[in-house]
Amino acid sequence: MLQVRDLVKTFAGSKGEGRGRVHAVDGISLDVADGELFTLLGPSGCGKTTTLRCIAGLETPDGGEITVAGRTLFSSERRIRVPANERGLGMVFQSYAIWPHMNVQKNVAFPLEVMPRRRKPSRREIRERVERVLAVVKLDHLATREATDLSGGQQQRLALARALVMEPPLLLLDEPLSNLDAKLRDDMRFELKRLQRDLGITGVYVTHDQVEALAMSNKVAVMRDGKIEQVGHPRVVYEQPQSRFVADFIGTSNFIDGVVEAKEGSSYRIRTDDGVLLVPSASQFGVGDNVVVAARPEHIEITPGANGAAPNVWNGRIAVRSFLGEVVDHVVSVGSRELRARCNSKVSIPAETDVTVRFHEEAFSLIPASE
Amino acid sequence: MVAVAERSVQGRGEVLRRLLSARNLIVILVAVVIGYLALVPLGFLLWQTFHRDGHFTLSAFRAAYSAVGLGTMLFNSFAFSAGATVFALVIGTALAYLLVRTDVPGKSLMYAASVVPLIIPGILHSISWTFLLDPTNGIVNTWFIEKLGLHAFNVYSIPGMIFIEGLHLAPLVFLLMVASFRSMDPSLEESAIMSGAPMWRVFFRVTLPLARPALYAAILIMAVRCLESFEVPAVIGLRHHVWVFTSRIYDALHALSPDYGTAGALAMTLLVLTSVGVWWHSRLARRARAFQTVTGKGFRPRPMPLGAWRWPAVAFILLYFFVSIVLPLVTLGYASTQLFYSPPTHYTLHHMTGANYPAVFHDDLFKHAVKNSLVLGVGTATAVMLMCAVAAWVVVRTKLPGRWLIDNLAFTPLVIPGLVLGVAMLDVYLRLQWLPVYGTLWILFIAYLTRYMPYGMRYASTSMFQIGRELEESAMMSGAGWFQSFRRIVLPLLVPGFVAGWIYIFVVSFRELGSSVLLYSPGREVLSIAIWQQWNDGLLPQLSALGVMLVGFLVVMVAIAYRLGAKIGVKEAG
Repeated sequence: MLQVRDLVKTFAGSKGEGRGRVHAVDGISLDVADGELFTLLGPSGCGKTTTLRCIAGLETPDGGEITVAGRTLFSSERRIRVPANERGLGMVFQSYAIWPHMNVQKNVAFPLEVMPRRRKPSRREIRERVERVLAVVKLDHLATREATDLSGGQQQRLALARALVMEPPLLLLDEPLSNLDAKLRDDMRFELKRLQRDLGITGVYVTHDQVEALAMSNKVAVMRDGKIEQVGHPRVVYEQPQSRFVADFIGTSNFIDGVVEAKEGSSYRIRTDDGVLLVPSASQFGVGDNVVVAARPEHIEITPGANGAAPNVWNGRIAVRSFLGEVVDHVVSVGSRELRARCNSKVSIPAETDVTVRFHEEAFSLIPASE
Repeated sequence: MVAVAERSVQGRGEVLRRLLSARNLIVILVAVVIGYLALVPLGFLLWQTFHRDGHFTLSAFRAAYSAVGLGTMLFNSFAFSAGATVFALVIGTALAYLLVRTDVPGKSLMYAASVVPLIIPGILHSISWTFLLDPTNGIVNTWFIEKLGLHAFNVYSIPGMIFIEGLHLAPLVFLLMVASFRSMDPSLEESAIMSGAPMWRVFFRVTLPLARPALYAAILIMAVRCLESFEVPAVIGLRHHVWVFTSRIYDALHALSPDYGTAGALAMTLLVLTSVGVWWHSRLARRARAFQTVTGKGFRPRPMPLGAWRWPAVAFILLYFFVSIVLPLVTLGYASTQLFYSPPTHYTLHHMTGANYPAVFHDDLFKHAVKNSLVLGVGTATAVMLMCAVAAWVVVRTKLPGRWLIDNLAFTPLVIPGLVLGVAMLDVYLRLQWLPVYGTLWILFIAYLTRYMPYGMRYASTSMFQIGRELEESAMMSGAGWFQSFRRIVLPLLVPGFVAGWIYIFVVSFRELGSSVLLYSPGREVLSIAIWQQWNDGLLPQLSALGVMLVGFLVVMVAIAYRLGAKIGVKEAG
């Protein structure tokens, strides 16, 4: 559905960065299949919004190619640049960008009304399509309400309705949930996911919130400094991060430096300063390679009493315990390092207690240390 | 946002089509018009004053500055400017302090008085004070001052001019200082009080120093205003030979043989002085932002109890209100009821007549003055606001390479005194025979367009900043082209600011005198010119009747503007 090839977008550097140009987007390529929700995830300034705006046509890339449903929207090589208003894509903005001088109906009807005369639907058809899309987002009872009188969640839905009324081949969503309060955000997340699946919408979703990204998307691309660090199914990205950055940005990780000592079956035997770890990995490493083991705290088990002396079973002592409601976080001192272990709320071990630390295999991912 | 000059990546025909899109054509047109309005008069003025017979010369300056009485003129100009500035500053600051910081009653009177410059055109204000302070028959002189056994106050003097100009400018200082006092953290003052300082000490040691940036700004704005003021020097000074820059320029052009060289040289000097003032002011404003101790937050300070000072303060406010509004308007009203003007006596008060009012309507001068003023007011306000809406869009929204230039050019006319603009435009359009606007209403239209462009720009860009960029981008994503999103999204959202700016320009265009007085021609008079002519012809009752009606009309317009929630007045300052 959407193909992006070698997309580059630079901006003039501001004073602090000298005269050079800043590469906001640095050679990105991505493919989004029909009916897929593709998420661009990354910290602020990673280029995810710029990428989205390039696809939208609100920014002009310096190079690359963008194709939607077989139609080339931008190509630096073939000198094609379709203006934003002729691309026919739907977009939901971070601020919703609801026009305050129009009511709900008029906001939604606008995209149909500004269509070129030959494609413009009849007045009756416009009304019907507006009603239909408002029903889809459950705003049909508010059609004549002033847009400014809507609540945050309703405005969000209105923005979605306006983006969908054209029946665009591709929907672009720029941090659409970030302006909602926490509770509403959870509800809208499911709502949005349901709509996207039911209507079979293909979408590109930009967010800095990993929970959103994991929960909603069919595919996540983690971005950093204008490049895609890793693309994949949310579960794969979460469980098998390919870089320290990804492991750190998505979820929480304990990072343990070590050296590959041997390969044992499908696992590697890693020697670290504080003990030995047996880490399963599909990637290829040689004996003597420097690696980083990322260990998810929720797969680290702690039990009172120092009985560990085996690979993946270490001894430690609780440094800090903090109760977070659903879970209890323990910081465990092991040798020179501190590890974080996340336990369910039944496990609560006071500080200064000696414990056994048991790493479950699913806690691990093995990352080359080069970075 | 896609910008015009962006590297366009499409076929050649496409390139041309895009370049000639509605957006680019409109943007280019607006940029050209703004550049033309801002630069051409100044360019001609420079060229004219330094060029004679094809080479560079200072002869015009030599002639202008060797004239007899030049020293006095310079002294007068600066004395007038300094005096009126100080006078306006003291009154305006005191009123602003009382309003924002104390529990003085009668605050609404102060707000009412603050719109005086909008509703009483300078020329009417000055004329009414001649009724009041003429040394032989001025009402205040004969009724009060001489009764007290003092010498009559001669208004036709520098002190007289200072008094009238200062009184007219005080509301401007008031508005500037109110804004400044409002944004001042009251805990700074409260901590001084807690340290045991008495109130007057707090005022002079804490409040005033904190307000210093605003004070400096006000001083510069007022000084520039005084230097370029034409109404007071013309009404008060001209006939009694108290010369300042503006009256001298006017005189040079209205002698039997108009001396364009001298007028140009004086205009250049005045232009340099006002430019320095405006430049200095903008520099101060930038610095003030950089070293901000007074935050931009709107505080709701607890008003200071005045205690025993309450009644003197009230008396001061009442006196100010009486002197700045009641006296001039009542005097005008009285003068409009007489067949021949003479100061009020038992006899004249019993022989008042309303005959001047209907007579005004039969006067041909009045008829076309009203028509011309309305046409010019509506035309200028509309044209300026439309033009500035586009310009503000370019400046605020796009990344066009030359956009800062458009911004600066649009504000350039701020430094050009009305009379100087008149001199320059005479120069341009007496020369440019192929653009035959001289002797038509168009020349006044162009002059007004130039003068009010900065105000339009300020209104338009303030409101443009308040419109989120995404509102426009979402229109584009919905498939709307530039023209459609500008017309259906941007303009409707600009409406409140647009209307406020429109009314403001409409109102101030009625009192414009400096440029009009040089550029009008018979049959093309506007209302302020009609008053000016009647004043010169001594038709005082007729003039007063006209003035009263004009003030009434402007009151209605300003009231409408306030209804619409426009904060007009403050914009005018600086």
